[in-house]
Amino acid sequence: MKILCGVKRVEDPDQKIKVNPDGSWIALDGINYKPNPYDEIAVEEALRLKEAHGSGEVVVVSIGGEESVTEMRHAMAMGADRGILVKVSERVDSDAAARLLAKVVEREKPDLVILGRQAVDSDQGQTGQLLAEYLGWGQATFAAKFESLESEEEKAKKPGLQVQDGKVRVIREIDGGLEVLDVELPAVVTTELRLNHPRYASLPGIMKAKKKPVEELTPADLGVDVTPKVKIRKLSSPPERKAGIKVPDVATLVEKLRNEAKVI
Amino acid sequence: MSNVLLVAEHLNQSLKKSSLHALEAARQIASRSGGKVFGLVVGKGVGEVANELARHGVEVLVADDARVEHPLAEAWSKVVEKAAKEVSATYVVAASGSQSKDVLPRVAARLGAGMASDVIGFGGEGAEITFKRPMWAGSVIAEVEITTPVKVLTVRPTDFSAAQPGEAGQVRSLELPDLGTIRTHFVEFRQVKSERPPLTEARIVVSGGRGTRGDFSPVEALADQLGAAVGATRAAVDAGWVPNDLQVGQTGKTVAPDLYIALGISGAIQHVAGMKGSKVIVAINKDPDAPIFQIADYGLVGDLFQVVPELQKALTGK
Repeated sequence: MKILCGVKRVEDPDQKIKVNPDGSWIALDGINYKPNPYDEIAVEEALRLKEAHGSGEVVVVSIGGEESVTEMRHAMAMGADRGILVKVSERVDSDAAARLLAKVVEREKPDLVILGRQAVDSDQGQTGQLLAEYLGWGQATFAAKFESLESEEEKAKKPGLQVQDGKVRVIREIDGGLEVLDVELPAVVTTELRLNHPRYASLPGIMKAKKKPVEELTPADLGVDVTPKVKIRKLSSPPERKAGIKVPDVATLVEKLRNEAKVI
Repeated sequence: MSNVLLVAEHLNQSLKKSSLHALEAARQIASRSGGKVFGLVVGKGVGEVANELARHGVEVLVADDARVEHPLAEAWSKVVEKAAKEVSATYVVAASGSQSKDVLPRVAARLGAGMASDVIGFGGEGAEITFKRPMWAGSVIAEVEITTPVKVLTVRPTDFSAAQPGEAGQVRSLELPDLGTIRTHFVEFRQVKSERPPLTEARIVVSGGRGTRGDFSPVEALADQLGAAVGATRAAVDAGWVPNDLQVGQTGKTVAPDLYIALGISGAIQHVAGMKGSKVIVAINKDPDAPIFQIADYGLVGDLFQVVPELQKALTGK
């Protein structure tokens, strides 16, 4: 079983993101980067499927500058077999990313593509669905599982996706509950937070990852025009919410809610 | 003329209220572009959903067919594409619920359109419309331009008021396009049933986080006393304490109630992204330095297991 995963380099979501004074981009001083958290979940799921299957290959793809190799090495330290960097000098939009990935998929012919449901920088949440459409494949977005992340199944590192008889069974988190779909392979799946806890890279894993191959491609190699369909004109900060007051006790709180805020 | 196609979301044969908020966004676009808004309802046994939408003053196309009973993106995207072409839509708009997030990117690909997700407002001038949308979990608002002739959007319901009923529009049926081979198969839907108001529609939301240590009974008791919806942080959902459907935040639901009561919630950026539009925020947390106090209108430092019963008593003894 061959599985292809996307790994995007993003700003660490736990740090404060601020806009440049001229609104051209975010302030990059002192910013740390990491793999998109949803993509780590995708890689973890791919590795579990490969392990459960007993054989296979996990290929990670990143679209970005040379520095994105760091995030792919992280995925390879987790256990992915090799990387493909589609080297771009500027940020590409979701649509261009999907068309680049579609060309990589045509070359690699994986059985399954697993991507994060969204990248935590752009928050668009479109690439997986666009990719599925460009490939003419079925899709299952927001993959999770019935069991919680504290469950025995999770501790036993069981895959949440079930691959059998040329299909993948996916439990999806949607508004109102959980939906179960069977998607014929090859298919595109995007990950929700509750699919798994990604593993940490081990020291031997990190050493091994350094020797794993990374192929470099360009949009021109793939014959894809990356002119964006969605252009960012400018960035601004949302209105700050002012801190209110601390109340000493419940009686004061109730009084304030009734007479000042008038919400109860 | 730039017409707008509004794709309705529905569940259990009823129109989701969020679609009426999206309708308001669609109207705003149409009034600037000089076009007309059309509605689209896809599903099986959805005649009443179509009528309800039409009562809000829109002409509605309805594709009512067993073959599109379940919202499979592969099939629905073809139906939306056909409807968009039939009404010469320049804009395809829907509320940013899980159905539309799943289906609309495929529609965009089929129409060669650029797409903006989670739009919260419009900029630009006249018919040249730009779209404002959050990035980096709402730490940044981007103003984006879509360069393609057709544009696809999901809009955040909390940032638009609900469209009001008007003169009923016509409802006409849309014949399904050739759906081709569908490679996705519906197996089951395990719906979470609740007596409480839906999270995204409630006037009051009471949410619990890690501070509940898995015991949501104070959260639920307070919610029930106030007729409120129950929400939760990612940590609480990850731990399996409450169903995923209750998650408020960057990847969960965005809520903007009149009153949001955060119990044992630290206030991580990802959670705040989903609730900072609330009118009044109350935070109750043991840790006086919890970041949630920086955005709360009223903060009370204390153990929720002691404070909530007291609060319940105080609310009863009016």
